[in-house]
Order: sequence, then C-alpha cells, then structure tokens
Amino acid sequence: MHNIKLVVSSSPHIKDRDNVTKIMLSVVIALIPTVLSGIFFFGLKSLIILLTTISSSLITEVIFQKVRKKPITLRDGSGLVTGLLLGLTLPPNLPIWMAVVGGVVSIGLGKMVFGGLGQNIFNPALIGRAFLLITFPVKMTEWLAPLDGVSAATPLNLLKMQGIKTNYFDLLIGNVGGSIGETSAIFILIGGLYLLYRKCIDWRIPVSYLGTVFIMTLLLGQDPIFHLLSGGLMLGAFFMATDMVTTPITKKGRWIFGIGAGIILVIIRVYGGYPEGVLYSILFMNGLTPIINRYTRSKIFGEVAK
Amino acid sequence: MYKKKRLSFKGGIHPPYSKELTKSISLEYALSPKVVYIPLQQHIGAPCEPIVKVGDRVKIGQKIGEAKTFVSVPVHSSVAGIVKKITPLPTPTGSKVMTVIIESDGSNEIYEGIKPKGELSNLTSKEIIEIIKEAGITGMGGAAFPTHVKLSPPPEKKIDTIILNGSECEPYLTADHRLMVEYPEKVVFGLEVIMKAVNANKGIIGIEDNKPDAIENIRSIVAKKPNIELAVLETKYPQGGEKRLIDAITGRKVPAGALPMDVGVIVNNVGTAAAIADAIQKGMPLIERIVTVTGNGIVQPSNLIVKIGTLFKEIIEQCGGYSGEPGKIISGGPMMGFAQYTDEVPVIKGTSGILVLKQKDAYSEVEQPCIKCARCVDVCPVGLLPIKIANYSQKSKWDEAEAYSALYCIECGSCSFICPAKRPLVQRIRLAKGEILAKKRNK
Repeated sequence: MHNIKLVVSSSPHIKDRDNVTKIMLSVVIALIPTVLSGIFFFGLKSLIILLTTISSSLITEVIFQKVRKKPITLRDGSGLVTGLLLGLTLPPNLPIWMAVVGGVVSIGLGKMVFGGLGQNIFNPALIGRAFLLITFPVKMTEWLAPLDGVSAATPLNLLKMQGIKTNYFDLLIGNVGGSIGETSAIFILIGGLYLLYRKCIDWRIPVSYLGTVFIMTLLLGQDPIFHLLSGGLMLGAFFMATDMVTTPITKKGRWIFGIGAGIILVIIRVYGGYPEGVLYSILFMNGLTPIINRYTRSKIFGEVAK
Repeated sequence: MYKKKRLSFKGGIHPPYSKELTKSISLEYALSPKVVYIPLQQHIGAPCEPIVKVGDRVKIGQKIGEAKTFVSVPVHSSVAGIVKKITPLPTPTGSKVMTVIIESDGSNEIYEGIKPKGELSNLTSKEIIEIIKEAGITGMGGAAFPTHVKLSPPPEKKIDTIILNGSECEPYLTADHRLMVEYPEKVVFGLEVIMKAVNANKGIIGIEDNKPDAIENIRSIVAKKPNIELAVLETKYPQGGEKRLIDAITGRKVPAGALPMDVGVIVNNVGTAAAIADAIQKGMPLIERIVTVTGNGIVQPSNLIVKIGTLFKEIIEQCGGYSGEPGKIISGGPMMGFAQYTDEVPVIKGTSGILVLKQKDAYSEVEQPCIKCARCVDVCPVGLLPIKIANYSQKSKWDEAEAYSALYCIECGSCSFICPAKRPLVQRIRLAKGEILAKKRNK
C-alpha cells in the first residue's frame, strides 16, 4: 500500500462524458447540411469563403494567445464554430480579403478582447458580420442567384423594394439569393433538431424567437411563413441566438431573450430601413443578457415568497 | 410493471449508475477481523468518552465509549477481546479521532446485557428513544446524525409522517438495495418502531424504480399494514436528498433553512430502520453494517456485512484485492463520498460503501473556461445558479456568493458532474459556504 499513490480530491468523483469540444463539434456537425446546400447553390467560391473565415478566425485566436502568453486553446473548437458561422452569414461573392477581415474582427474584437472563450458579451460571428456590413456595405449586400451565379436580390429585398414574394418551396430548400448558409431553411432546421436532440441548445430560444416573429408578422398583416423562412432567421434562431456564452443562463431569461429578439427583428424588417434584422436583434439581446440574468433568478427550493 | 406514476423532484442528473456490479450479489458476512479500530466519534456531534482502558477485556456489544451530551451516541465493541491501545487515528471522514483498538480473541462472546427488549406494544415512546440512543444508532445513509436526536422533535412540532429513504440514489451503492431484498421485514419493523417513537400514524417507504426486486419484497409486507405505504420513485440523483424526497413523496416543500419536522415529517434511511429493529428485537447495538465493496478497481465486488472497526484494507483483500493499480479509494458513493489517502481506515457507522476506481478514472480532467451552457443551473435540485456562486467563490467574493444563496447548497455535486468544462463547481461552493459561515461565527 505504501507504494500506491491515491488521488485525494473532494466529491463528486465521477463526471459526465460530455465536454466543451464535443459540444462545439456537435454544432459543426449540425451545420454540415447547411454547408453542403450552400456550396451546392452558390458554388465552390462559398467553400473558399468558409475555409477563409475559419482559418483567419483560428489564426487570430492563436496570435492573441501567443501575444498574451496564454495556452493555445484551438482544441476546444469554439474558434472553428465562430469562423464557420461567420462564413455562413456572408454573401457568396464576397472578396476573399474581406472574409479574412471578418474572421479577424470576429475573434479579435468579438472574443479575445473580452478574455477569450466564455467571456464575450456579444456573439463573435455576428460582431464580425456587423463590422463587415458597416465597413463594406456594398459588397456585403451583393447577392447571387442560386446555381447560375448571376447577381440577384434576396427574397426580403424583393419584398421590401418591389413587393415580390418568393414561393415557400424555394425558400424552404434555399433556392433563393442570400448568404451562403442562410437560405436553406430545411437544412438549417435539420441541424437545429440535431442540436436539440444533443441537448446543446435550449428549445425555448428558437421557439420563443420564431414564435414571436410569427405572431407579430401575423398581427401586422404580413405573411408569417414567408418571414420565418427568409433571411437569416432560421440560422439565427437555431445557431446564433442559442449561443450559450452570449445568452441567458435562466430558463425564464431565455424566453425573454427570444421574445425580445423576435420583436426587434419584426420592427426592423417591417418599419426599418434594412430588409433584414436578425443580426441586430440578436446582438441587442446579447447586450441585455447580463441584466436579464440578474432579474430572472428562479426561486430556490422551498423559498417563501417575499 | 408499475402503473403508478413515478414520483420525482425538479432538477437532478442521471449519472451512470454502475449498480450492476453488485445489485444481485447476496449479502455475506465478512470474515471476523483480528483487530478492530473503533473511533470514539463516528457521528455528527460530540465525541464519546472512553469507558474502557488498555488491558480490559470486552465482549461483542459492550459499550466502550459513553456519550456525554445530547447530540452524541455511545459506541460499542464489535468483537470480544482485549483493548490494546486508545490513540488518535484517521477515520474515513478525514479527521483524526480517538480510537479504541481491540484485539479479537476469536471467541465471539456476546455481552451479557444484550437481550431482546420485548414486544413493541409494551414499550413507551420514551423507552424506545432511549433504546435507540443506547444502541448507538446514527443515520446509516452516510451523514451519521444521531437518530435519537432526530426522533426527539420539540413538542410543538407534530410529526404525522415517517419516510424511510430506500432510494439509494448514489451510483454504485447497493447496500440498501440488498437489505430491502433480503431483510424487508426488518426494515418495515424498524419503521413501525420509529412511528411509535414519535407517535406518527403514517409510514412511507420510498424506493427508486431501478430496484424492482426490493420494491416487490417490501410491497408484499406493507400490503398487510394499513398505515404503511410504498412510494416508487424515479431513478434520479439526488432523489434521496431529504427535502427532495419529502417533496417527491408528499408534495410538501420544506422551507429553505427549515427542517423536515417543520412540515411534520421525519426521514430515516432504511439501514437505520434495520439497525433499530435489531436494537429492539435482539437488543444488539449498532456494531456492524452493510458495506458495498465495488468499483473497477476491485477484483470481486460484493455486499458485505462488516463489523464496525474493520480496516478497509482487510475488506478489500476479502474481495479479491485490487484489480490493477488503485487510483482512488472512496468511502461512500462517487457523488458525495470521501476520497481516502490510505486503505488503513476503519469502516464506521456511516460507511455505506468502499469504492475503488482504477487510476485511469481517478484523475479529473483539466478545467476549461465556463461557456455558460447553464447545465449546472438546469440540474441544481435547489434551484441555485451554481455557475454564479462558484465564480464569486473563485474571486473570494463571499458576500456576493451568499446573496446568491450559497448556504442553501446541499452539496449533491450534480453541477460538478454535469459541467462540460469540468469546472469544480460544488467544490468552490463548499469553499464559499465555509467562508460565509466562518464570517458569521466571527461576528
């Protein structure tokens, strides 16, 4: 016995098998159908954009960690997820160097300046996209028609500017102009369901977000199904608004987050100058998350109402 | 099988239960030890005073340590033999305690004072509680709180229901399971004793639904008892946590900071009930207990009836010894048990299991940054925000930790178990609790 080294630590002595890397990889797996449909509809250039945002994100992370003499944490997979999500929100014909800038800003400004994984307030991929949208407004709103590669407008634009409504089927499969990974509602949904099954996301956020958009557009006399299927809403609802780091930790808070984002989205889409509002609706609610957390603490077991 | 709705509580986890190692292995008596090491404090409360000296001959069941205060119980010899030494030694709970070392002479002679206490109907409530105290009975679930204290609520607290905790929600452990399968009548009799002691008219035995054979055997006995019920519980950790159990079974919520008696309930472990049955029916004090010896580091996992004071080492040897290099030896279950630095500690009244993990399972993974997934929030059975309390604890912000109700944490460890970033959440909350309490005492 004297030669045996026993580990002494306080309980619990067993742990769940799931870990951060597995969760991040699940997000990547869930995005595979979306990635494939994006490449199918918009060509190989989209793949190159995705690879660019991923590698620039990862390289930025390494550089930040090297400079700060912190351990390199590429293996947690979070940089990969950010890079991939950013790429999926970009137009398929974006100049590659702009995609590089997007990755650098996402990770640098969106994540590392806050202290790295888990510390950031805003969704890093959306920070990158917001930066690109403000800095390169023209290139960021040039869209391609699927399959033939000529320039085209997005369904939301068509509706807003010309009053043309795209049919549901094209919206569902993604046969419309738009960002690489935002057009195909059905493939995003498949990935989203996988994440729900893997318990990587809370159903409350997509349900409250999409539900609010549905009800509000209905009340405002718009076509709710068109709004659900178009623009970045599906990708946003299942992959952005559900980002663990930047959304509330309480269940009540997640309802508030989803409803709030839904309201902002509809206001922007219906009354605002932009055709699309997913980006800002989520970023806005990200900013409110700390306050939501503070005011939605549930009662503890047996706590008497004060 | 059982159509009745499974009772449960909010939150909790489903760890791998690993009970198949021992759940169908019958109880067996461990070999009688040559030497026993009996600590004079095996319970919550004041330690005992030794009433034997070196060189004295003692017999099985003879009292060797006397309780001097109310919150304390006496300890008894588990063997017949000579007192060799009285000295401080480590116990499985981590502290060094004055310990009586007795060398057995192998005669197994039983102390003359040991005799049945007669019919339950002839005993008064006061007599029963005195018998329980004199028998040195403590909670057998692990915490080892003196049972007679629990059964002596202040007169203004009316107790109407006694719950026996047979949930055994800790993974690996099957001691209570085997007890209920093999000695169900003892468990039920113990419950009747407790009910009489506190004048409660209802008794309920709660069992998790992963023990169908125990449920069956207990059911067949309580079927004939109109005032005793069986409650089938969902298999979920920490179903056996006292307040969760009361909530699941009766729907009564014990207010934060209050005790079960405040809602008219007393909860005891099924093992405690069996020990009480022995104290009445045989007059035998608590000198042995069922221990589940298990884990991938043990050659032959078993459920043994072990004399109090037997060294872990001896028990492990009887179970075929270590399988490979042991990495961790745990007294109790993997969720709330204590890791040991040596196998030379004795089995005490609260030792429900000896769990040996191989080296590959002993080390914890490296902690990663919190990704705010809030799984800890979802599983917390108390409804706390473990992530917040742990973060404040890490920054030594004790006031903030207290504001987030750190003191209500029951330390079940569900948060640490579920955390995908492998953060030691409950460990940090424990630290915060300690600091907050220390601060309160110093005021």
